[in-house]
Amino acid sequence: MNLLEQAQQQLFEPASLNDSHLDKVFSQLHGADLADLYFQSNRFESWGLEDGIIKNGTYSIEQGVGVRMVVGEQTGFAYSDEISFDALIASAKAASGISKAGQTGRVKGWQANKAIQVDSLYGVDNPLALMTEDEKIALLNLADKEARAASPYVQQVIASIAGVHEHILIADIEGNLNADIRPLVRMNITVIVEKDGKRESAGTGGGGRFGFDYFTQADRVRDYAQEAVRLALVNLDAVAAPAGSQTVVLGSGWPGVLLHEAIGHGLEGDFNRKGTSAFSGRIGEKVASKGVTVVDDGTLENRRGSLNIDDEGTKTNCTTLIEDGVLKGYMQDKLNAKLMGEQSTGNGRRESYAHLPMPRMTNTYMLAGKEDPQEIIASVKNGLYAVNFGGGQVDITSGKFVFSASEAYLIENGKVTRPVKGATLIGNGPDVLTKVSMIGNDLALDQGVGVCGKAGQSVPVGVGQPTLKIDGLTVGGTEVQP
Amino acid sequence: MSKKEAMSKQKTMSKQKGMDRKQTEQELREISETVLKLTKKYGASDAELSLNRGAGLSVEIHKENVDKLEYHRDQGLSLTVYMGQHQGSATTGDLSAQAIEDTVKAACNIAKFTGEDEYTGLPDAELMMHESKDLDLYHPWDLSAEKAIEIATACEASALSFDKRIINSDGASISTYSGSGIIANTHGFTGVTASSRHNLSCSVIAQVPKTDAMQRDYWYTTSRKREELESAESVGEKSAKLTLARLNGRQISTRKSSVLYSPEMARSIVSHFTSAISGGSQYRKTTYLLNSKDEQVFPDFIRLHEQPHIPQGFGSSYFDREGVATSNRDIVTNGVVQNYIMGSYSARQLGLKTTANSGGTHNLTLEPTGQDLEELLKMLDTGLFVTELIGSGINGVTGDYSRGASGFWVENGEIQFPVEEITVAGNLKDMFQNIVAVGNDIDYRGGTRTGSILIEGMMVAGE
Repeated sequence: MNLLEQAQQQLFEPASLNDSHLDKVFSQLHGADLADLYFQSNRFESWGLEDGIIKNGTYSIEQGVGVRMVVGEQTGFAYSDEISFDALIASAKAASGISKAGQTGRVKGWQANKAIQVDSLYGVDNPLALMTEDEKIALLNLADKEARAASPYVQQVIASIAGVHEHILIADIEGNLNADIRPLVRMNITVIVEKDGKRESAGTGGGGRFGFDYFTQADRVRDYAQEAVRLALVNLDAVAAPAGSQTVVLGSGWPGVLLHEAIGHGLEGDFNRKGTSAFSGRIGEKVASKGVTVVDDGTLENRRGSLNIDDEGTKTNCTTLIEDGVLKGYMQDKLNAKLMGEQSTGNGRRESYAHLPMPRMTNTYMLAGKEDPQEIIASVKNGLYAVNFGGGQVDITSGKFVFSASEAYLIENGKVTRPVKGATLIGNGPDVLTKVSMIGNDLALDQGVGVCGKAGQSVPVGVGQPTLKIDGLTVGGTEVQP
Repeated sequence: MSKKEAMSKQKTMSKQKGMDRKQTEQELREISETVLKLTKKYGASDAELSLNRGAGLSVEIHKENVDKLEYHRDQGLSLTVYMGQHQGSATTGDLSAQAIEDTVKAACNIAKFTGEDEYTGLPDAELMMHESKDLDLYHPWDLSAEKAIEIATACEASALSFDKRIINSDGASISTYSGSGIIANTHGFTGVTASSRHNLSCSVIAQVPKTDAMQRDYWYTTSRKREELESAESVGEKSAKLTLARLNGRQISTRKSSVLYSPEMARSIVSHFTSAISGGSQYRKTTYLLNSKDEQVFPDFIRLHEQPHIPQGFGSSYFDREGVATSNRDIVTNGVVQNYIMGSYSARQLGLKTTANSGGTHNLTLEPTGQDLEELLKMLDTGLFVTELIGSGINGVTGDYSRGASGFWVENGEIQFPVEEITVAGNLKDMFQNIVAVGNDIDYRGGTRTGSILIEGMMVAGE
């Protein structure tokens, strides 16, 4: 069976839904510029370890259908956790409240178009079924063992694995039926270390659109555990971070959260259609240094932020946001693309059937430059070298953004010296990339644990970048600079 | 679109979807009994659950147009089973008989694989809540789409017409939600709560004339009772005033400074403290306030207390998520920590008694030290008044604190100019000790009530 047939079996067959039912539902949505039904079922499983004990596990079952009707700029939406013809009709009637009442008469009956086959970017179908419970638990016990073996200072290990097996099927008013079956797994390890009465903690993890067996490969669990311990031990010795504007060298990989906050959100189509973004109306303008090219790419195999199709059924793309310093384009869903006279870029995403789609990022990263990362560091007299980060946040209207370092070092006379405590970095999105003065040749993507929140909806995303030198970013330390 | 016609359709729907509280609660009780029986059938020695069902409507207006009209209808079951000292959990949004049985089986299956944990299990039966009164939490609003659109439109209009520098809207929203929830366990405890919540908010954008520089701010009102909401016009006007006040914001140079947190931001300071004394962070030793019970963490004029039975309170309840009876208590008296914030699991880990805080706190109040905002600005004299914080640069183990901020620079007790793109940093342990005053300008819009907080000796980073 192909993806569509499998999704139909999962989502349509239990309720015996067929084309004639969908025809009747879409007849309720007559007059729509855009209308779709988003069917979803989701199986989630997680296991957690603490104190060397498998303390808990959770299994969750979610399913439902969301009905959306768009007329001009206006969206009507209703959903049901029951997938049935009656529930669909009720939701469609509610959603159509956005449109003029009494629109009768059909142009033509709804009929499913021929489905387009898409090659799947994911390694597996059902990530939960590939391993037994005992094997999943063994992964957590291994994490505990490896972390405790890595250092005698480890006091506590908290580890978890989680996996999702999701079926989605989108039927739109044009007659398109698009389906996807999405696996997603992640593992997180947090350690608490104590040395000479000082305590620190640090966490790492990874994952992607794989099965749980991803964690049995290539010593991944040991690597995560050792990395968490290393990070916690580094922070035990950290001194206060310097406060104020300074030269900052960002490491490769997860520090790409800079791009996600500084420019990514500001380039989402909805904010730009409404003119509320600091980037509104700036296509074609120079917003970054020469050599800076940033893309949002939903087509990378097995990545956490990747999708075969977005949640509106559009095939995902690699969309160039900034090319050689010049702002090229926005990330679009169908609604905002249509209103701006553009095409959807395959960035229409939603947390679930109970949420409306919006333009969202997938995997956002900067392409590699030519510089040797060592030479980038050597070029800085005094500054900060920040290699690991927690999360970030942005005010898209003023453009001000933050991201918080969790592993950082002083650069003194071109050399990385002492570790400093975590600090928040703050900058202005529309001009921070104009201060990029060197771009490393070491592009790396993150390990696959990113979650992006927008308007109360969370979706999995990825980020990446090469080592970058930024001439002047405000560092929220506590120490007065020399 | 024709709002009137939309309305006529909505009415039909709201009748179809309108929930009868008694009927809903009866159905939830029946499901609850079924679930608990099934847990026995599948071998659980004990079990606890929460069940909820609710419905709502939300409308968002953007520049006089309906941007979104959304109907919400949610339900869910969250179950934890115990097989001796082994625990398993499962959740479902599907409450059909088949899904419920699958959920019970899944939770019981998980409990077969989890390890033996001596601290796990239900709280002692005698701790269960026995007596409760009506907390006046349920005031559903039969809000039609037409009325919702009218209110949100009026709200946005009052902001957009307030000043010509208000150039755009980031949306005016109105929402209403009401529903019922049940907490039940195999001690025979069943606690039912019906509640409602209504919100109206407005966010607008102002621009410095002849520049690209835009600023956004917002205001909101929230209540269990629609009659208690601020008027649409007032919400719109406040959002416009706050936004205009941010225009021409600039960085300041890096310096040591006292910081006055507005009541909205001060709430985050209280929540950093409550998470540091949560049972989980105490028994895991992941807190900078380890073993702080009976320790002086704040100056001696600080009192933080919990009042779970305030009528219409956002955190009000006679029982916690485990069914344990709640009561009034002091968390901090004369600056000294009286007890942690615990459910039964972390309490057992610590060898203490649960404080009925499984699931969180129930209406915290940080008692004011008597000053209003004007007096606090005078006390600040020269320093930073923070009205917005972004990012989450907090290390819960060490207490190191570093967050993005914006607000106003104050000299001689008077606001001078708006400030942006700066950070405020320190260590929470020091920050708690360095609190100088708590204002009586209390923000009542949440489960934690506090006025502005003035803290000395922080580092502000900018240029």
